[in-house]
Amino acid sequence: MSEGEHRPQPPGGASTKARLHIVTGKGGTGKTTVAAALAQALASGGGRVLLVEVEGRQGLATLLGVPPLPYEEREMISAPGGGTVCVLAADAESALLEYLEMFYGMRRAGQALNRLGAVDFATTIAPGLRDVLLTGKATEAVRRRRGARRRASDAPSTEPFHYDAVVMDAPPTGRIAQFLNVNSEVAGLARAGPIRNHADRVMEVIRSGGTRVHFVSVLEEMPAQETRDGIAEISALGIRVGVVLVNMVRPPLLDEPGLVAAADGGPDLHALSAGLKEAGLDDPEELAAALAGEVRAHALRVRLERRVRIGLEDLGRPLLELPLLEGGVDRAALDLLARRLIDQGVRR
Amino acid sequence: MTSRASERLDVDALVDDPRTRIIVCCGAGGVGKTTTAAALGLRAAERGRHTVVITVDPARRLAQSLGLASLDDTPRPVPLPEEATGSMHAMMLDMKRTFDEVVREHADPERARQILANPFYQTLSTSFSGTQEYMAMEKLGQLRQSGDWDLIVVDTPPSRSALDFLDAPKRLGRFLDGRLIRFLSAPAGTGAFRLLGAGFNLVASTIGRIVGAQFLNDLRAFVSAFETVFGGFQERAERTYRLLQAPGTAFVVVAVPETDAMREASYFIERLATDAMPLAGLVINRTHPLPEGPAARLDADRATSAAEFLEQAGSSLPAAALRLHADRVRVRERENRLREALVSAHGGVRVAEVAALPEDVYDLPGLRGIGESLAFADRGR
Ligand SMILES: Nc1ncnc2c1ncn2[C@@H]1O[C@H](COP(=O)(O)OP(=O)(O)O)[C@@H](O)[C@H]1O
Ligand SMILES: Nc1ncnc2c1ncn2[C@@H]1O[C@H](COP(=O)(O)OP(=O)(O)O)[C@@H](O)[C@H]1O
Ligand SMILES: [Mg+2]
Ligand SMILES: [Mg+2]
Repeated sequence: MSEGEHRPQPPGGASTKARLHIVTGKGGTGKTTVAAALAQALASGGGRVLLVEVEGRQGLATLLGVPPLPYEEREMISAPGGGTVCVLAADAESALLEYLEMFYGMRRAGQALNRLGAVDFATTIAPGLRDVLLTGKATEAVRRRRGARRRASDAPSTEPFHYDAVVMDAPPTGRIAQFLNVNSEVAGLARAGPIRNHADRVMEVIRSGGTRVHFVSVLEEMPAQETRDGIAEISALGIRVGVVLVNMVRPPLLDEPGLVAAADGGPDLHALSAGLKEAGLDDPEELAAALAGEVRAHALRVRLERRVRIGLEDLGRPLLELPLLEGGVDRAALDLLARRLIDQGVRR
Repeated sequence: MTSRASERLDVDALVDDPRTRIIVCCGAGGVGKTTTAAALGLRAAERGRHTVVITVDPARRLAQSLGLASLDDTPRPVPLPEEATGSMHAMMLDMKRTFDEVVREHADPERARQILANPFYQTLSTSFSGTQEYMAMEKLGQLRQSGDWDLIVVDTPPSRSALDFLDAPKRLGRFLDGRLIRFLSAPAGTGAFRLLGAGFNLVASTIGRIVGAQFLNDLRAFVSAFETVFGGFQERAERTYRLLQAPGTAFVVVAVPETDAMREASYFIERLATDAMPLAGLVINRTHPLPEGPAARLDADRATSAAEFLEQAGSSLPAAALRLHADRVRVRERENRLREALVSAHGGVRVAEVAALPEDVYDLPGLRGIGESLAFADRGR
């Protein structure tokens, strides 16, 4: 996650001074999983990282195997070599109440608003407001100093930051540019006033050198295309792109000549049935014919995956890889993914 | 490992039955709703029905091969081979245009102009969550009312949750009819305002402070113009909702064999039962059936141990083939478990499977192929 230059693998430059890591990607590619692994990798060796989700899906609770999380920063994961990850499931309603209290001291009024459904109302009629509140929550955590419970700007700036890094499990690629383009989101709202000022501050953090947007993809055409489009849109907004995380990578099972042969004419049926016979399997010839189809499909898929990977490499961003784990992702698997990221140079 | 436990969804019987007038394809995002809707529409048309398919977000290439060059909200004929005994039209939902039409149809020109120009209306008709679902139902209602179609196949919007298709229109209706919007859009000093008391002033001023006074003015103008024309939004949403319970409507729930999508399908099936909406069956798309013959009888453990043996012997191609096979058998076993769990939880819901194809489905032959696997489903092990 180094500054602009293109580095071929291994991207040792994945270490960074960035403090806000925004993880996006096509739905289902593993944004939530990768964001959690990244948070853990960044926290390793004694760091303190906040992992925020913003879509109200309780994806982190599902991933960690715990009941739905409240709107509260909770220490929930310990990182390799010491270090903690706090987790926050942010929602716009709670963020608005907190905002009203923090900036106006309007605690009671806020609660009254909520009872009347006004908070839901305000965030529904003005969808941009919802996004500003969520990005605002993340950027507030980025700017927060140690010892300051509340407003980020209250504490003297000599104090160290409360969090070493903040990782956001962000909306999917289709929505990410709109979501981060906070200023234009609030354009239809109050022309001056508190939300506008808030948006300006949020935008400043998002456009700063301390923020990176990372893209999660798998080796399929649609997610890769979305990554390409997303990178172009994010760059056009003057926001910095970080790395491309290729998730769910499967190793090829055949060597190079084997792949080529299988993809072209199909695998060598003689060699196949001879081997099956040697292993004492029934009906080796017929079995070989059936397995040949499976082998060919595999070889074609590997070929397609390579094409997709080349397309991703051409984007000029470092590529980090995470393997497909059998049996899904639990906490132990998350540890493994975090270590893989550390091995590839991810550091605070 | 076989799929004997689940009864087959007989797609041909469904589309051939003249009493079937509406088929709604629902499911989580990306599972193949649009593909299934188009494939069902095509199959029905080639078997003699006069069909229209309302698609919501077809992939670009699919839209092109259906002759849908742009979002235009009008059914376009899809050219079919000569043997086809019915006909097929397809359209792409344009929620703003559908909404605009509804406004023009109900309001006098001056009021329609006011509504269409209102900034709040513009947000509502283009980027409000729920509007797409609301308008999909509107469109369905319109096409049904027109009487021009023998069978309407509806693809549903790419919502986060399949339930949104059923819930979003009413939620939007409730919201627009809600007491807060009424209050905020009431001119100050009217009866309602005084009745609610001073606390509400604070609420109004806070919302005003957050969203801006101009915004509230737009909202106010919109609500008063709209209400005189339409009466309740909620009532309108409920009317279309009832269409979904009418005899002749059939829901086809689409899922892929993954935990989340199957869970979503399960919620949706429950909900259909609660709301007395007729479920035709479940389509499990993108499955990985095993080839017939000896490969189907070779289980994962046996394949793995044979692969280990051959690796020792340095026989790499057969070893790799066996490892691939073992993986594929495990995948298939997981798919079968997911399917059986769902079927047993829902009293023998009918199921059709469609195998994962190596490439996207984007033309008529591709759709025809999907239609065939739907109709001859259940052959894979
Ligand atoms: N590297 C991986 N290996 C195996 N399964 C994975 C991997 N990454 C993600 N998954 C699984 O894929 C599914 C989608 O992942 P998730 O992180 O929820 O994606 P998103 O947030 O992009 O929707 C989950 O079931 C998750 O456990
Ligand atoms: N059985 C299948 N095999 C391979 N690709 C498929 C299959 N069904 C759907 N697809 C592809 O998957 C993608 C998503 O399908 P789509 O019908 O648009 O889903 P949805 O409408 O539920 O979002 C499309 O690119 C489509 O071509
Ligand atoms: Mg997620
Ligand atoms: Mg679709």
